Amino acid sequence: MDHLPLIKLGPGESGRVKRIAAGAHATKKLYEMGFNTGALVQVLKNDRGPLIVSLAGNKIALGRGLADRVIILKS
Amino acid sequence: MYTIALVGNPNSGKTTLFNALTGSNQHVGNWPGVTVERKEGKFRFKDQFYKVVDLPGTYSLGAFSEDEIIARDFILKGDPDLVINVVDATNIERNLYLTTQLLEMGVKVIVALNMMDEAEQRKISFDLANLSVKLGAPIVPVVASRRKGIEQLLETAVSSIEKQLDYKVFISYGRELDGKIARIEKVLAQKEVGYPSHWLAIKLLEGDEYVLDLVSESDLSPRELELLSFSRQNGAYELELVDKRYEFINQITGSTVFRPQKPVQIKTDKIDKIVTHKYLGLPIFGLIMLGMFQLTFVLGEDLLGDSVADAIGIFGEYAEALLLNLNAPAWLGSFVANGVIGGVGAVVEFVPLIVILYMLMGVLEDSGYMARAAYVMDNVMRSLGLQGKTFIPMIVGFGCNVPGIMATRTLESKKDRMIAILINPFMSCGAKLPIYLVFIAAFFPNNGGLVLFLVYSLGILIALLMGKIFGETLFPGEVSHFIMELPPYRKPTLRNVVRNMWDNVSGFLTRAGTTIFAVVSSLWVLAVLPGGVQPYGPESFLGRIGLLIAPIFRPAGFGNWQAAVGLFSGIAAKEAVVATLGMVYAGVEEGAELVAAIKAAFTPLTAASFMIMTLLYTPCAATIATIRKETRSNVWALFTALYTFLIGWVMAVLVYQVGSFLGFA
Ligand SMILES: Nc1nc2c(ncn2[C@@H]2O[C@H](COP(=O)(O)OP(=O)(O)OP(=O)(O)O)[C@@H](O)[C@H]2O)c(=O)[nH]1
Ligand SMILES: [Mg+2]
Repeated sequence: MDHLPLIKLGPGESGRVKRIAAGAHATKKLYEMGFNTGALVQVLKNDRGPLIVSLAGNKIALGRGLADRVIILKS
Repeated sequence: MYTIALVGNPNSGKTTLFNALTGSNQHVGNWPGVTVERKEGKFRFKDQFYKVVDLPGTYSLGAFSEDEIIARDFILKGDPDLVINVVDATNIERNLYLTTQLLEMGVKVIVALNMMDEAEQRKISFDLANLSVKLGAPIVPVVASRRKGIEQLLETAVSSIEKQLDYKVFISYGRELDGKIARIEKVLAQKEVGYPSHWLAIKLLEGDEYVLDLVSESDLSPRELELLSFSRQNGAYELELVDKRYEFINQITGSTVFRPQKPVQIKTDKIDKIVTHKYLGLPIFGLIMLGMFQLTFVLGEDLLGDSVADAIGIFGEYAEALLLNLNAPAWLGSFVANGVIGGVGAVVEFVPLIVILYMLMGVLEDSGYMARAAYVMDNVMRSLGLQGKTFIPMIVGFGCNVPGIMATRTLESKKDRMIAILINPFMSCGAKLPIYLVFIAAFFPNNGGLVLFLVYSLGILIALLMGKIFGETLFPGEVSHFIMELPPYRKPTLRNVVRNMWDNVSGFLTRAGTTIFAVVSSLWVLAVLPGGVQPYGPESFLGRIGLLIAPIFRPAGFGNWQAAVGLFSGIAAKEAVVATLGMVYAGVEEGAELVAAIKAAFTPLTAASFMIMTLLYTPCAATIATIRKETRSNVWALFTALYTFLIGWVMAVLVYQVGSFLGFA
């Protein structure tokens, strides 16, 4: 089990949110949108531009800067 | 009259439900952030009237952007008798987050579990009786778009309004936090702040600005203040509080919401593979736009042809004959023939094309592609110092700049918002369409779709360039983060597409009958006076005014007074440009076609520079007023009016001069 930023996950890989180290506003917003501690996130697309992730069955696009700050416990 | 507020996450179907309840025709679209202001309506149930308020979507009560603040303020201060919390069933866990906040706040809540059709397709099932008990609020399954479950929802709503609310504390935040909450609660219990003290205590721990201010206003002893100021530093707990709420949600949904082991594959994923592709994404966006304009011409012109133009012609002849029969004075005949038919008619003639374009845009909006367009544009926007979401108000601006500028309310960063407002006028609105169409008919009849595409693209390009410049000069700051939900693709419904089209087209027709008619009428008077001079000639009042302005445009190649007057009147409303040209040219030679007159007065090159000028120059009065309202500043409104004029002029001159130099004159 290792921690790594969401941006390091390839398509199809998933993990659980460990913590978010972005600015206060962005962090709160992500938490409230469901990226709370322990939430299961699956990366659908991660090549160029924002990532697309699946979170509880819904799709969210997330800028690369933010994805770098979301620390994931890879599963 | 009881007031019912519709509250929920963005894109959960609030406005669809609002329309179903009240019979209104508010804008619905398949992307988050469609509704950005409060809308009110009424419905009747069992001989009682109820007021319903539709609000912008929000993920929580801790509002970040202007539209979310509007929603939060109404929930907190609007004192609704009942909140109908619209919850997207396919996304129930995340949606219930807001529900827990509403319940904690102590408002009466019933849940409308919407999108049940999609939940079924994805094989998600619910034990609603159980969930409702655990949540502590009635839940009614509905399909708002098909008006299913509405009756049941109303029954529940009405009976809830009449029932006494029993406030209960239901989320435990763990021993430590519960203790802290209890202590703060005790201090607040004696104060009359108007909200349950339990909720206030939680909000204080969360560091909520609004509640902090509220509590500071009530008089507190120094000791109490100290206790509260301790909470002021406790933003540290806010994430823990969020986690605990989600823990509660997972606990209650764990045994009541059943998802299939393997998620059902939906076609959204397959479509997204292509339209968000790293190389294909942008070209596909371009092709969609090009296709839209081509189709507008194919359907609007080849299919509907000149039907409306013919109708106007017949109407004109009939009116003339009638006036002759009635022995009406000659001036009245000239006013009707040139002012009304020549001017207003020139605008109305293009209704078929405008209808088609707005229908196509409606399809785009209701399909779910809008969010993808923002996604693929994020890269481009980022290189200019902006983020993808800023692109959505720009696309909305294609319909009309007024809602385009209002749509910037969804942008959280002040920098993004200001820039998005200032560049929105470059997004070519539907009212400018008749101008391009007349010039296309005169000079580029075989490439209409392409020319329109180029005009609109140039608008985007200039908007983006100006965005970059503003970002580096007036509004420096970091590039903000991009977070956006990508809703599933949905088949556009005829109702939504027609409604959104009619929204715009009815505005267009209303303006034709009011503003445009008024502008043309007053300009007509100026064009035929003073008596004795050649009407519609350079000696008329209008001609003299035009000649005064015209020299400004000589370097751009269209220094004739008619064009100058047209541009000037376009500041009232953009359709007035064509209406004015129609009026002044129709009078010169009895029955002369506007297109023919334009052909004589312009060349392909000056037509291009004139189209560019109209694309970019000062927006209409309504847009300027909206900028003033949204920025709360006269300065920015004036600034926009002036700088857009300058940009338009510079570009028009550039095109004309370079074109002449290259020998296109
Ligand atoms: N399949 C399905 N689609 C629905 C249902 N209700 C609404 N929609 C669609 O969901 C999309 C969003 O609907 P809106 O009513 O605009 O949602 P909203 O909550 O007002 O959105 P915002 O104003 O952006 O917060 C539209 O495309 C609707 O047609 C439903 O019950 N089933
Ligand atoms: Mg809405």
